[in-house]
Amino acid sequence: MTDTTRFGVLARILHWLMAVAIVAMIFVGGSMVGSLGNYGRLLSIHKTLGLVILVLAVIRIVNRFRQRPPRRSDPLSRPERLVANGSEILMYALFLAQPLIGWCLVSASGIPIHILGGLRIPSIVPVDAGLYATLRTLHGLLAYVLLAAFTAHICAVLFHALILRDTLIRRMTFGGRRSPGR
Amino acid sequence: MSEGQGPSLNRRTLLGAAAIAGVGIAGIGGFLFSEDRVGPWRLTARRMVDRLEATAGGRFPGYRRNHAKGVAVSGYFESNGNGTEVCRASVFRAGRYRLAGRFSLGGGNPQMPDDPTAPRGFGLQLFLPGGEQWRLGLINIPVFLDATPDDFYTRTLAFAPDPATGKPDPERMKQHVATHPATAAALQIIESGPHAPTFGSSSFYGLNAFRCTDDDGRTVPVRWHLEPEGPAPSTPPGALFDPLVSEIKKGPLRWTMVLVIGEPGDPTHDATKQWPAERRRIAVGTVVVDAVRTESGDNVQQVNFDPLVLPNGIAPSDDPLLQARSASYAESYRRRAAENGGAGAVNAEGAR
Repeated sequence: MTDTTRFGVLARILHWLMAVAIVAMIFVGGSMVGSLGNYGRLLSIHKTLGLVILVLAVIRIVNRFRQRPPRRSDPLSRPERLVANGSEILMYALFLAQPLIGWCLVSASGIPIHILGGLRIPSIVPVDAGLYATLRTLHGLLAYVLLAAFTAHICAVLFHALILRDTLIRRMTFGGRRSPGR
Repeated sequence: MSEGQGPSLNRRTLLGAAAIAGVGIAGIGGFLFSEDRVGPWRLTARRMVDRLEATAGGRFPGYRRNHAKGVAVSGYFESNGNGTEVCRASVFRAGRYRLAGRFSLGGGNPQMPDDPTAPRGFGLQLFLPGGEQWRLGLINIPVFLDATPDDFYTRTLAFAPDPATGKPDPERMKQHVATHPATAAALQIIESGPHAPTFGSSSFYGLNAFRCTDDDGRTVPVRWHLEPEGPAPSTPPGALFDPLVSEIKKGPLRWTMVLVIGEPGDPTHDATKQWPAERRRIAVGTVVVDAVRTESGDNVQQVNFDPLVLPNGIAPSDDPLLQARSASYAESYRRRAAENGGAGAVNAEGAR
């Protein structure tokens, strides 16, 4: 029988895959700016991972529309619901926007796009240095927004788990399916 | 919930709050550290380009932060097919491949005089089948002055022109060379060679080692350079760009591209070290430059001659300069692409 207190299996798998990928992505991106030693290698990983995240994000959003999320165990107040829904939409938007902006900015730089293993990816916008500069700046700014949203998300979940001690985290975890925890 | 209604200020709650704060600080702090916004000093592309700006002798928006003075050229690479023996890259298959390029002088000032002792740069962008590109950043010395990015960073300051005199301070240069034996040895190699009077008679070297892989998957270390073809021109020394422009207007300039094949034990991580003279050389084709134009947005003004833009079959070596060059060129490109200006440091149409 399906567990109605949890997200679907696919949603949960996608959630944790993306969590790992995005943490890696944020730190690879930071290191590209903040170190000299491995720039080319990090860039290669960054482009590959970006493409993976874009694909996962599309699957996840489609899946999110096909399958309603589980009901929350505690009814949320109106402002709480606004924050919860708003942050979810913001994160989905960033999961799509960051890889797309990254793809556009490397396209605009005129450098052929190769990912790990040498596979060539087509350019999606014409070569234009001004466009590159704008998108590169935007990519950097949105990285901070994503970092803030991601950190707030983790802290909020931990707040529920450690302070409110409710069962919110169960909606996204595997195992322990015996008791719904009420 | 098992322990009463809602949160209560007990030990568990406090520990929970501390854990949450810890995770938040670790996340944000870790990222700021990775980006070098916090934490101990380390060399980054930003600092590298900051230093180039600081030692350029002025602010020049839109220009490259190094090799700011330059002129755009175009032509083709005529590949003779010999390179396929060691490398599967499409560029080495016999044929003609269009190229765009740029001759330049080292330094961040686009208005500098044609100093014959400044490093002469030749940036190349080769357009290959299937949308591939090969970009090369070459200069006219057989070895580089610095073994590591840190050495480059400190030398840039030590060798920078003194704003008061317009010349580097010999005492500071001497001090730097005395504490950097690799730089001292490289300087000796460079000074022992001939000094070509013009761009057209200069050899240009890739400096860093790369790795070439052939059709069977065998990989060898390589270095490459361009040797001028034909007799040395009789143009008088002193100025550099005017003779270059007039030479190209008279007829194409040609260089033979040579691959030097390294053997096990040859250093690939240190651009200050030469390989033994008896290493195998393969002449793989001719670089032909037949047109010259003032640098602008329509030609190579906005091209980043990133040495890590390589065709399939050529890969970087373990030379730390390669990674640092790629990162720093990208940072320089990011800055100038966001600024107005940068076109026409050398007026090719007006040159005699």
